[in-house]
Amino acid sequence: MISVVVLIVLLPFAAAVAGLLGSRWPRGGSRTKENDRAAARRAAWFAIAPITVALLLTLWLASWSARALPRGSASYPGAEFWAGLLPGSTEGTLTMVETGSVPISFTLRADGLSILIGVLVVVVALAVQVYSVGYMRDDPRHPSYSAFISLFTSAMLLVVYAGDLIVLYAGWEIMGLCSYLLIGHWWEDRANSRAAVKAFLVTRLGDVGFLFGIFTLGFAAGSFRIDDVLSADIPRGTLITATMLLLAGVAGKSAQVPLQTWLPDAMAGPTPISALIHAATMVAAGIFIVARLYPAFLGAQPTLDVLAVVAAIGMLGAALAALAQDDLKRVLAYSTISQLAYMAAGLAAGSDKAAIFHLLTHGAFKALLFLGAGAVIHHVGSNLMTHMGGLRTSVPITFAAMTVGFAALMGLPPASGFFSKDAVIAAIEHSHSPAQPLLYGAALLTVGVTGAYAMRAWLRTFFGPARVEALPEPPPGTAHVFDGREAPRSMLWPIGVLAVPALLLGFAGVTEVDWGSALVSLIVALLGAGVVYAFWRGAPHQDPARMLGPFRTACERAFYVDEAYRAVFARPVLRLARGVVRTDGQVVDGAVRGAGRLTMSLSGFVRLAQNGNAQLYVTGLLAGLLLITVAAVVLG
Amino acid sequence: MHVVYPVVVSALLFSIGVYGVLARRNAILVLMSVELMLNAVNLNLVAFDVWLRDRLHGGQVLTLFVIVIAAAEIGLGLAIVLAVYRNRQSIDVDRLRDLSETGASGEAGPPEEPVGVGEDADREARP
Repeated sequence: MISVVVLIVLLPFAAAVAGLLGSRWPRGGSRTKENDRAAARRAAWFAIAPITVALLLTLWLASWSARALPRGSASYPGAEFWAGLLPGSTEGTLTMVETGSVPISFTLRADGLSILIGVLVVVVALAVQVYSVGYMRDDPRHPSYSAFISLFTSAMLLVVYAGDLIVLYAGWEIMGLCSYLLIGHWWEDRANSRAAVKAFLVTRLGDVGFLFGIFTLGFAAGSFRIDDVLSADIPRGTLITATMLLLAGVAGKSAQVPLQTWLPDAMAGPTPISALIHAATMVAAGIFIVARLYPAFLGAQPTLDVLAVVAAIGMLGAALAALAQDDLKRVLAYSTISQLAYMAAGLAAGSDKAAIFHLLTHGAFKALLFLGAGAVIHHVGSNLMTHMGGLRTSVPITFAAMTVGFAALMGLPPASGFFSKDAVIAAIEHSHSPAQPLLYGAALLTVGVTGAYAMRAWLRTFFGPARVEALPEPPPGTAHVFDGREAPRSMLWPIGVLAVPALLLGFAGVTEVDWGSALVSLIVALLGAGVVYAFWRGAPHQDPARMLGPFRTACERAFYVDEAYRAVFARPVLRLARGVVRTDGQVVDGAVRGAGRLTMSLSGFVRLAQNGNAQLYVTGLLAGLLLITVAAVVLG
Repeated sequence: MHVVYPVVVSALLFSIGVYGVLARRNAILVLMSVELMLNAVNLNLVAFDVWLRDRLHGGQVLTLFVIVIAAAEIGLGLAIVLAVYRNRQSIDVDRLRDLSETGASGEAGPPEEPVGVGEDADREARP
């Protein structure tokens, strides 16, 4: 059984290797139009075929797990939701790496939680790969792009199926690398490569804490295997330290306060990347880790309280920021931060079940929203909502799909988001955390703001007067030109397929709906949406964000967090770096050069003797001889 | 005759030769001074050969060797002097300074060069 898991992880990796090495072989580097197109076609096959096989294998694994009887030996405490759905679990150690102290076991495990997330990852990855064929049609770097997506998929699956913290960390870092590479896909534009570097650095900052958290846990438990770590008897202080450190990595990867600033900038990458990495999977990995190690987090209540505060600030702040953005993708990015904060709030409130449920539905509907946004952007040729409007007639399929997505985002009843968001809010309502009032207030307010910004984006994109006009030159490397037609079929199919789980996935949790709290949040969401609708109705040409009044600029700049970080961290570091360069140039190099010059000038004295007069040389010779003779006579 | 007389004479001869080598500026006179020094040595060899009553007369034999070698040497030396004169119209030893470190005119010498190259490389490495 474990060989299936290995195969699922390795198939996308093989696809990445094949895509990177084989797409242009054997024609090599001659970059003609035909060669590019042939390479893109072959790269698409390399990317899609293995991920399809991986999807089938994952589904087979899920069905095997659903039919298997629960085995007490390998089940987690506190895993009722996925353990009830997918009771079977398997675990296998492929090899042990002796390190001298705590050994690293290369262990993979598949249980209910990892299979659920694994299905999400593979489905979204497949949808994105198919979508990319249409979206990146004329991009000459499509082979490397799709290969990096495959590599990312492999790394994410490694994280999901890892049974050992170090193995998990390896996948975690490869994900970060792929995120960096793909954000900077259009590196010709300086802003894009800067966004990539920013994302890389900010997540790395969290990952340092994450790595040390793993070390703390591993050394306290004497093993890096997740099972051993969770069953080990770790003192409470150590546990709090370790989970706090892990939380840093979670905040970095899942773009939570205070490390959230990289995610909106990461929208510089191609839209399918935003759908896969920065909405559905990689940013959800942080939530997944907390759920994975949930027993450890439950033992460290202060960490959960910190998580609750972080989530409360993050969800409301990001939702307000989303309300004022003009860039459609940035709206979705801030919305992702906000929704991830919901999941974190669910975890902090003590319900990993609700958090993972919301993770799954969010993965589906946010990927759908991003892919739909990609289709809209492809159609309009601009990211800005001021350039959109009235699109519901020209792109009817995208419109329908995105309506489903926005409904799920707002939490309107039949869509999946309603059920999962209700589960989270109910969990918060019934939690005994000391941060519960703050969390509950923030969650309810955010529901209202979410309704508002989703409504605003929906109205500004699809309704009102059509504002599509011929734009100046499209940005370099992109295929964005207005052609007045719906997106190609390779882009519509994934959107359609993802709309199904976005609409229906919620019914998996229909039995446990807390109707009281659901009604409250539904009313709040409709209230937020209604306010925006009223403002929009008054003046369809104008942005409903004007209702924020003087507060609007602050929201648009995400409360000046970027500016503050620039002033507090970036500038001093730059100044320090400049100082170091100057010290290196003047002190270190100066010492070296000064030593050389000193030697040269000192040797000038000796050089005086070398004046070319042979008689002087002979005089010196004789004088020396005389000295030696005298010395020999006197001393001998 | 006491051995001290020839030794003193040879020492005087040698000193005159050394003075000539060190102080004369004419190359031919320098060569002549070298001959004086050689002959001082020859005188010593003969004197000690007699004084020590060497049965094999090694000193005298060696003197003959030295005379032969001096003849060859002076032939070579004069040839060099001739060649120098043909090239430079001068055999003034003081003005034959081609071995000097920085050249007679004091132009920028090669030792400055590596430093300059190093600085250029540094400047290129810096954006």
